[in-house]
Amino acid sequence: METTRLLTLAKQALLTFTVSLILFAPISGLVLEGFSFRNELTRAVLLAAVVAAGRVALSLVGMTAIGRKIASKVAGNGNGVTVMTGTEKSPVVILVLIFLAGLALPFFADKYFLGIAILALIYCLLGLGLNIVVGLAGLLDLGFVAFYAVGAYLLALGAQYLGLGFWSALIIAPFLAGLCGMILAFPVLKMHGDYLAIVTLGFGEIIRLVLNNWLEFTGGPNGASVPPPTLFGLEFTRTAKQGGVPLHDYFGIPYSADYKFWFIYLVLFLVVCLVVYAVERLRMMPLGRMWEALREDEIACRSLGVNHVFTKLTAFMLGASTGGLAGVFFAVHQGFVNPTSFTFFESALILAIVVLGGLGSTVGVIAAALVLTILPELLRDFAEYRVLVFGVLMVVMMIWKPRGLVRIQRPAFFPSSEPRDDTAPLSASPEVAR
Amino acid sequence: MSEAPLLEFSGVQAQYGPVEALKDVHVHIFKGEIVSLIGSNGAGKTTLLSSIFGAPRASAGKILHKGEDISKLATNRISRRGIALVPEGRQIYQEMSVEENMMMGTTPIGMAHFEEDRTTMFDLFPRLKERRNQTAGTMSGGEQQMLAIARAMMARPELILFDEPSLGLAPLVVKRVFEVLREIASMGKTIFLVEQNANHALKLSQRAYVMVNGRIHLSGESAALLDNEDVRKAYLGLH
Repeated sequence: METTRLLTLAKQALLTFTVSLILFAPISGLVLEGFSFRNELTRAVLLAAVVAAGRVALSLVGMTAIGRKIASKVAGNGNGVTVMTGTEKSPVVILVLIFLAGLALPFFADKYFLGIAILALIYCLLGLGLNIVVGLAGLLDLGFVAFYAVGAYLLALGAQYLGLGFWSALIIAPFLAGLCGMILAFPVLKMHGDYLAIVTLGFGEIIRLVLNNWLEFTGGPNGASVPPPTLFGLEFTRTAKQGGVPLHDYFGIPYSADYKFWFIYLVLFLVVCLVVYAVERLRMMPLGRMWEALREDEIACRSLGVNHVFTKLTAFMLGASTGGLAGVFFAVHQGFVNPTSFTFFESALILAIVVLGGLGSTVGVIAAALVLTILPELLRDFAEYRVLVFGVLMVVMMIWKPRGLVRIQRPAFFPSSEPRDDTAPLSASPEVAR
Repeated sequence: MSEAPLLEFSGVQAQYGPVEALKDVHVHIFKGEIVSLIGSNGAGKTTLLSSIFGAPRASAGKILHKGEDISKLATNRISRRGIALVPEGRQIYQEMSVEENMMMGTTPIGMAHFEEDRTTMFDLFPRLKERRNQTAGTMSGGEQQMLAIARAMMARPELILFDEPSLGLAPLVVKRVFEVLREIASMGKTIFLVEQNANHALKLSQRAYVMVNGRIHLSGESAALLDNEDVRKAYLGLH
C-alpha cells in the first residue's frame, strides 16, 4: 500500500520534472549574447526541480483528508446550474460588510493601490455590461470596447466642444452608448453565434478607426485631454481652473492630489453597486428571464410570444450603456484618451472576464474582473512572464472550472402566498430568495 | 356549421428556398374540436404548424384565425391571440428551473393568473410540482414533455397546437401524454395535433387530415380513417 503510493509519487515527480525541463530548457536555459548563446542549463534544471517539488507537495496535500475535500470541491462541477431552494440564508450581512469595506478603502489604501482599485472597478463595470449581452442574452459580442470608447470620448470631446463636465457626461454617456448599441443591434438582430461575433468585431474596429483617423474632430492618435472632475463646483486642483473653488480651500484642509482619486473611486464604487443591484433585479424580472430564455431557445421563445426584437435590443442597449459609463470613469481617471486604449485586446479581455467568471453570474464576473486586473499588478516583478501566467491561469480554469469561477444559480421562484411543500417549509420571505 | 372556423388554412403555400413544403393546403378547425394531422416524415406536418407562427411565412393563401388573416402578423402577436404551440422535441429552457419555464409561458397574457394556473398545472402534472425547483434539463423526456405542455397552457390559449408530443417517449409515457391531451380537451380547449403515431392520434381526435408531400391527401372523421385501407397500410403498419 505504502510502496505503491510512493511509487505513484515518484512517477508523478519524474514526469513533472521531465515535462518542465523540456519546457524550461529552451526558454530559460539558453541565454542570447549578441549573435551567439551560452548554456545556463542549471537554471532550467533548478526551475524544473522546483516545479516537481511543488507537484509532490500538491500530491501529499491531496492525500490528506482536508486536501481531498478541497479537491472534490474544486473539481465538483455537477451539471453547472443549481436552483436555489429559497430557504438559503440571505447574504445581507456580508453584502453590507463588503459595501462598507469598499467605501472605507480609499482611507487606508495608498495612491498606487487606489489606482489599481479604480481600474479593477472599471473592468467590473465593463464585465457586468458585457455579461448582460453575452452571459444573459447569449449574444456573442466581440466589439464591446466600442461602447467603452464612446463613453470615454463623450467626456473628452464633450468637454472640448460643448463644455460638458464629468457629471453631465456621466448622465449622457449611458444614453449615447445605448443609442450606439441600438444602431449596432438593428442590423444584427437576425444573426447568431459566429456571424454576430464577426459583425460586432467589425463595429468595434470601425469606432476605433474613426477615432483614429478623424483628425480634426477627435485629435486622432494624439488623443484628447479630459478635464478633471468637480464636486458641486468644487475643484480638485491646487488652484481653480474651471471657475470654481478648489476643494481644499473651501473646507480649509491642506491640498492633496489624492482627493481626486478618492472622489473618482467613491463615485465609481457607488455606480458599480447600483449596476450590480440593477442587474440582479433585472434577472428576476420578466425581461431578464426573457433574455435567458432567448439564449436557451429562440424558436420556443418566439412561439411563446416573446418579442425577440425588443428583447435583443434591450440587452444590447443596457449592456452598451454600462460600457459607456465605464468609459467616462476611464477617461476621467486617465485625464487623457486616445484610440490605443480601445483595441480588440480590450474586448478580448472583457470577454475573458465574463467567460472566466461564469457566463451570467454577477458574482463570478466581479471576482474575475478583480482577479484579472489586480493579478497583473501583483505580478509586476514577473513582468516578462505576465502573459504566460495569464495563459496558464486560463488553461487551468478551463480544465477545472470550464463553466467559470462561480456556478450560476437560478433564483428560486414562488411569488405566491401558497405555502411551499411540507418537505421544505418556507422560512424566508420571497424577497430575499436571491 | 355556420360559424367561422377557429383556424383555417385556405390555399396555403410555403417554401424553404426553392423547395415547396406546402402546396395549396386547406385545413379548418372549429372551436372545441380535436383535429389531428398525420403523415410520414417530410410530409410537411411541422411546416404546416410553424407556418401559423410565420416560420416559414405562407407565400400564398391565407391563414385565418377567427376570420382574420394572421399570416402576416408578427410572431409575438400571434401567440397573444390565444394560440399556443407545444413544439417538436419539446424545446424547453434546459437551464431554467421548472417554475421559470412555466413563467415564460405566461408571456402573452402577463402574470395576473400565474398562481391560479400554476396550481391547475401542478394538479394535472404532480411530477412537475415535485420538481419545481429543479433545472428543466435534468428531467426525463416524459417530464420535459409534460413541462412543455404546461408551459403552453400557462398562456390560457384557446387553441393548442401539439407537434409530435409522443416523439422519443416510451410507450407507457406516450399513453400518459394522450391521456393528458384528453384532459386538456375536456377543459374546453381546441386541439390541433400533429403526429406520426397515427393509431393514438386517430383514436383521440374527432376529425383528421392525412398529409402527403405537402398536400392534404385525405380528410374525414377519424374513425372512418382508422378503417380506411390506405391509411391502415401506410401509417398503422397493419395489413
